[in-house]
Amino acid sequence: MYGTSAVVVGAGIVGCACARELALAGFEVTVVERGAAASATTAHGEGNVLVSDKGPGPELQLAQLSRRLWPQVLAAAAERSAHAARAVEWEPKGGIVVATTDAGARELTRFAAGQRTAGVHTEILDADALAAAEPYVTRDHAAAVHYPEDAQVQPAAAAAALLTDALAAGATLRTGCEVLGAVTCGERITAVRTSTGLLEADCFVNAAGPWSGELATRLGVPVDIRPRRGDVLVTTPVPPMVFHKVYDADYVGAVGSSAEDLQTSAVVESTRGGSVLIGSSRRRVGFDDRLRPAVLSAVAAKALRLFPALAGVPVMRAYGGFRPYVPDHLPVIGADPRLSGLWHVGGHEGAGIGLSVGSARLLRELMLGQPTEMDTTPFRVDRPAVLGGRPAPAREETA
Amino acid sequence: MTTRHVVVVGAGPAGLAAAEAALAAGARVTLIDSADRPGGQYHRMLPEAYGAARPERLQHGWWAFDRRRRRVLTHPRCAWWPETSVWALERPDPTEPGVPRVHVVRGPADGGRRSRLRLDPDALVLAVGAHDRVLPFPGWELPGVFTAGAAQALAKGERVVVGDRVVVAGTGPFLLPVAASLLQAGSRVLEVLEANTAGTLARGWARRPWQLAAYGGKAGELAEYTALLLRHRVPCRVGRAVVEARGDGRVEEVVTARLRADWSVVPGTERTAPVDAVCVSHGFSPQLELPVAAGCTLRSAPGGEFVAVDDDQRTSCPNVYAAGEITGIAGAPAARAEGALAGWLAAGGVPDALALRPLRRSRDQGRAFAERLAGAHPIGAAWPEWLRPETVVCRCEEADYASLCRAAGNAASRGARVAKLETRAGLGPCQGRICGPTVAELSARLTGRPAERPAEGIPAAGPHHRPIAQPIRLGELAAAPEPLPGNTESHPSM
Amino acid sequence: MSPRRVRAESDAVGRQELPLRITVDGEPVDGIAGQTIAGVLLASGRLAWRRGRSGAPRGVFCGIGVCFDCLVTVGGERDVRACRRRAHDGDVVTTQNRQPEAGRATDPTERKHLGLPGEEDR
Repeated sequence: MYGTSAVVVGAGIVGCACARELALAGFEVTVVERGAAASATTAHGEGNVLVSDKGPGPELQLAQLSRRLWPQVLAAAAERSAHAARAVEWEPKGGIVVATTDAGARELTRFAAGQRTAGVHTEILDADALAAAEPYVTRDHAAAVHYPEDAQVQPAAAAAALLTDALAAGATLRTGCEVLGAVTCGERITAVRTSTGLLEADCFVNAAGPWSGELATRLGVPVDIRPRRGDVLVTTPVPPMVFHKVYDADYVGAVGSSAEDLQTSAVVESTRGGSVLIGSSRRRVGFDDRLRPAVLSAVAAKALRLFPALAGVPVMRAYGGFRPYVPDHLPVIGADPRLSGLWHVGGHEGAGIGLSVGSARLLRELMLGQPTEMDTTPFRVDRPAVLGGRPAPAREETA
Repeated sequence: MTTRHVVVVGAGPAGLAAAEAALAAGARVTLIDSADRPGGQYHRMLPEAYGAARPERLQHGWWAFDRRRRRVLTHPRCAWWPETSVWALERPDPTEPGVPRVHVVRGPADGGRRSRLRLDPDALVLAVGAHDRVLPFPGWELPGVFTAGAAQALAKGERVVVGDRVVVAGTGPFLLPVAASLLQAGSRVLEVLEANTAGTLARGWARRPWQLAAYGGKAGELAEYTALLLRHRVPCRVGRAVVEARGDGRVEEVVTARLRADWSVVPGTERTAPVDAVCVSHGFSPQLELPVAAGCTLRSAPGGEFVAVDDDQRTSCPNVYAAGEITGIAGAPAARAEGALAGWLAAGGVPDALALRPLRRSRDQGRAFAERLAGAHPIGAAWPEWLRPETVVCRCEEADYASLCRAAGNAASRGARVAKLETRAGLGPCQGRICGPTVAELSARLTGRPAERPAEGIPAAGPHHRPIAQPIRLGELAAAPEPLPGNTESHPSM
Repeated sequence: MSPRRVRAESDAVGRQELPLRITVDGEPVDGIAGQTIAGVLLASGRLAWRRGRSGAPRGVFCGIGVCFDCLVTVGGERDVRACRRRAHDGDVVTTQNRQPEAGRATDPTERKHLGLPGEEDR
């Protein structure tokens, strides 16, 4: 695609991954970002690269594709800069899901069996095996499943590594540049108006994360991607006490729910710096940035049910971020049927870090008209959950 | 009309004055401090167990302070909550008028079984003070390098001296009382070094000298310290700084050097001196996490960022007032005046009361003093020349200057949040309290960019954003808040 | 010389000294009532007691609870700011080490506090 220009809007991890794939494919890529790269949702996540929380279906397939791609992507980044690759803190530490009730145990066992048929590695842990793997986890549990494929990255550094690759392949980055609207010619987008001037290109990628919905509206073609707030607690550095990503079996239910009110479940893991990260909460409260002690308290209580030994560990920080949420819980990857030249990649909710590289690979294949690594129909823009049946407002006409 | 409930956070000069004025205006007051005795840093008291017969020997204005704390703490409408940390301020819904909810834990410092409580006051006075700002230099992480405030707190608060061959260095008049405390405790102060040159000091202080005369109390206090240093023949040098500390596992010697007005080192003027302790202060950092959590607008001033307040000490948040060092570094008299104004008005007192006139005058004099202080004791722009690639900038995570330079040099990682995660500067237990302003300044210089605009819903990546304002243990956080004790609860023990 | 406490008999403030004893990593250390744990440690000649990520020694820096350099474990509770916590007779203080190779929570008091068996039992 030499000579074809693409503008990627958003320098979060998804935008960075798309910029990298397109730049490596020969596109002339410009990444525009209204703030600084990797500073919003990407910098406020836990860095999940998970297969364990997805049941058989297209999202799991995308997760498996991404899981295969991550080591390749990082190996390429390490060739360029060993330091940058180290900063990504890739840790294929594996996940352990713990059910604390009998009902939860039945559901977890059934869920894991389904995943196994879809090619996910799972390992049922008995009490001794769990205690050996996680000596500080509660002894009061009903079932536990180990997912050796689960991994973790430091998300902002991962995005930076992807972006650095894109820049090395010729992409350019414009930060502090906000997209205000589209310039169209017939049914085709030819440029975007930005806070720093007009930007023309052959194609445009909406990778604005939880702001994708707002950006699409500015471009005249709304998509239903909304923010869903999450809060994470960070403890002071402690000697190693948590060795995998450990979460309670409620997590899968909370991810899949659509409730507006608070959903919490325990997700507990260590970072290389020694802190324990504790999630998670899900609330649909728009872009409300307020910290809610009651939410943090609920998250802490859930975490202590899994790790009672953490009760004496101090929390030194909490942060909240906004996941890009789509009502049917599936990512959006594909061309906008209403405006030629516009593509959307987003709506990964809490899984965007892990799914970024797979989504970007699919985008590249779709844009090049090549066969795709997997069926992308479930992710198409043209589905009721995304277009929402809302009437499209009048589009801005060609300047 | 029901009695207004005013919560005052901080029981230093500003907070005590605020509590007293709010009580005078008829309010019910809850006075909160993390320490077990009132006074803050300025009036730091000796422990009760010391049974000191003559505490006034260590304190300027002891008697006035002693009377005030007794009046306030024994007042029937005052609840005194010592050993209480505000760990979060919860802003109300933007569409609903209201004061941030105050979340506290009460009990021994960092204890694991403190009780968790929350308060919903009608007004909030923030008077949480400031701490020393110390610029990094090679070796500043060695044991035996203290902030000037640490030396002062140990000498005044528990009669421990940090060493017997001590250099006191940095900038600002606070270096003098610190040196005086050490001398009074029998320590040997080798020299006091003011980094700013005679020219900078003269220009700063001589401008509008009548303002200093009006601020007579402060000038007299400083003159006393100077006389004490003279008596002990302690040399006070201007335009000289500690630019390196050396030693094996602890400080053993310092390198001092003459500085130009911009704090660049004059080559060839380096001298080494054997020491067993160094006390350093390059000014003060206001403790801004609570004002930021409340949503208060900050203002930028030559000495750093402070809470913006109007003539009535009101912040940008309705019914949230600020007083003392968080509004500007102006010393205890100004802090008291600000506190009294804030307390009176927070309690619903009439704003044009006659008694407020001298307070306003004193506050205005304090503000003028603060401006001159900042002018006479600026931080020179060339101080980063003292740094070496391996110099620790973030003490907690031991992030060095080289790592900051590397992050700033990469377009993909120069955003404040990404750089922080990559370098780890500011991610440690102090949460950037010590290195935050320094890292922000260095990053802005290295990248040549001002701080970036935050996205909707994402707080600005400022050095003062700490929504968990004090560490809280997971077990304490998981517990539900306890019901409030009786409204008029008071602790007679002081 | 090291940090020290002003002698009570020559102290202008005219004060008393009520002795107390704490242990630091099992070793008895004497102080007086009212002192902070940091004060007790400093006055006993200890300038540093914590180790940072690189193993570098740390003690008191800010002295007023801001820098978190002086953290200790008291009675099994980790991350107590020694400069803010008053010492009590019998306090069991253990020092902290952030070096990665310092490994799991091996401190016996802390293990007990966490409800874990002693290291030798495992």
